[in-house]
Amino acid sequence: MNAPVIHAQSVDLTFQTADGPVHALKDVDLSIKAGEFVSFIGPSGCGKTTFLRTIAALENPTSGRLSVNGMSPDEARRARAYGYVFQAPGLYPWRTIAGNISLPLEIMGFGKADRTERVQRVLELVDLAGFGGKFPWQLSGGMQQRASIARALAFDADILLMDEPFGALDEIVRDRLNEALLELWRKTGKTIGFVTHSIPEAVYLSTRIVVMSPRPGRITRVIDSPLPAERPLDIRDTPEFIALAHEVREGLREGHGDDV
Amino acid sequence: MRNVLPILTVLLAIVAIWYVAAIGMNSAWARDQAARAETELSAGDLVIQTLTQERPVLPAPHQVAAGLWEGIAGQKITSKRSLVWHGWVTLSATLTGFVIGSLAGILLAMGIVHNRAMDQSVMPWAVASQTVPILAIAPMVIVVFASAGITGLLPKAIIAAWLSFFPVLVGMVKGLRTPDGMQLDLMRSWSASRPQVFWRLRLPSSLPYLFASLKVGIAAALVGTIVGELPAGAARVWGQGCSRAAITGRRCRSGRRCSRRRRWRRRW
Repeated sequence: MNAPVIHAQSVDLTFQTADGPVHALKDVDLSIKAGEFVSFIGPSGCGKTTFLRTIAALENPTSGRLSVNGMSPDEARRARAYGYVFQAPGLYPWRTIAGNISLPLEIMGFGKADRTERVQRVLELVDLAGFGGKFPWQLSGGMQQRASIARALAFDADILLMDEPFGALDEIVRDRLNEALLELWRKTGKTIGFVTHSIPEAVYLSTRIVVMSPRPGRITRVIDSPLPAERPLDIRDTPEFIALAHEVREGLREGHGDDV
Repeated sequence: MRNVLPILTVLLAIVAIWYVAAIGMNSAWARDQAARAETELSAGDLVIQTLTQERPVLPAPHQVAAGLWEGIAGQKITSKRSLVWHGWVTLSATLTGFVIGSLAGILLAMGIVHNRAMDQSVMPWAVASQTVPILAIAPMVIVVFASAGITGLLPKAIIAAWLSFFPVLVGMVKGLRTPDGMQLDLMRSWSASRPQVFWRLRLPSSLPYLFASLKVGIAAALVGTIVGELPAGAARVWGQGCSRAAITGRRCRSGRRCSRRRRWRRRW
């Protein structure tokens, strides 16, 4: 149970670009256990998205060891270890919401009855029951993003990797979705890796916050959250929350010199 | 129904301009005739004479309509004097060429998107193929095919395909490449195979581009077919009447002016 689901050991990643090599990740060590909610926070270019992508086998580390569920990331991807949610919903406009959610299921070869049942179940999970027959453009941005989360959940991966999923939404919708995401996480017990720019979002959601800094992209601080599992939205006004947010801000400043 | 009124308005305007132009262009002949007969022409007579000439410089719309009507309804469809029959000859070659060209365009685009070697090599040749004047290519195609014993529909269809594959190719390359990195990454995160990515993502994304380029393609195919009918001297063509009239100019051998309509008739 307590064996790490995601284990990174001195992971390095260098991109070769026209302007010379870019050191995107340097010496990243991190273990994520089952059921954790880990946020990655840091300024642009700190490698938080890149790290999430290496976990998903969308990038390959230049050196170091990285295992997901005890396998290499590539094997884990083929074993459907994770669902990935991007900043944009990326729903196909020519498919209904239900059709979009069943797309990965079709690709993975689930049977038709199984697909229908799963689509129904994840739609309820993200509170979109009854919207399966609608097309993406008929839904608000927040609902579209929820549909894309449902799509990532449909094939029962244990790990949910989310790359600034609410970055493009307004504050009010974002609050509601944060609350819903916590609820979903409690219900399903998934391991979640969550990339964000927002300190309150990271503090509100996570059991652990990984603070990263750029040039080269590296982890500067890992903060365990003392907040209780039960988190109503107004927990954000408590002293514990504010102290934790302050600590994250300190961590960001430390990694970036004075220009934060 | 709402769309009919604007279309009719434009049509009426065109017909009106046409009539005015017919009166203007045919009046010289009418005046000349009147001068020879040493009669005075009233304005009314002038109008009537310009619009009813046997061999006008510009036939009036109703004369053209009568000619068309005779060519379409005045003959049996199987008759070689029937415009419908000639129309079908051209249309069948156009459609065949269009289908061949579109398929070639789509297949080449698929190759370009999926194969790096094709990506770097095909497009320059495709562009080059379109820079060669079709008027130069068409007779060669006709002659080469004829020497192999193939005449009729196929050589013309090949020329039509030559013109119509290009817009489809360009449109489909663009269309198949519309999915952005994020959507391709999503597919990758599901370990989708290349055919799955093609059928479920690339092809549906490219359809708007495909239909737009098919419109360009069908028009190009018709031009190609008519150009293909030019050098053939083929007996069965729709373009023949048009092209001969265009090439030989307005004067016939006899030096007398004659209308397109007449010349069409004489050929048939």
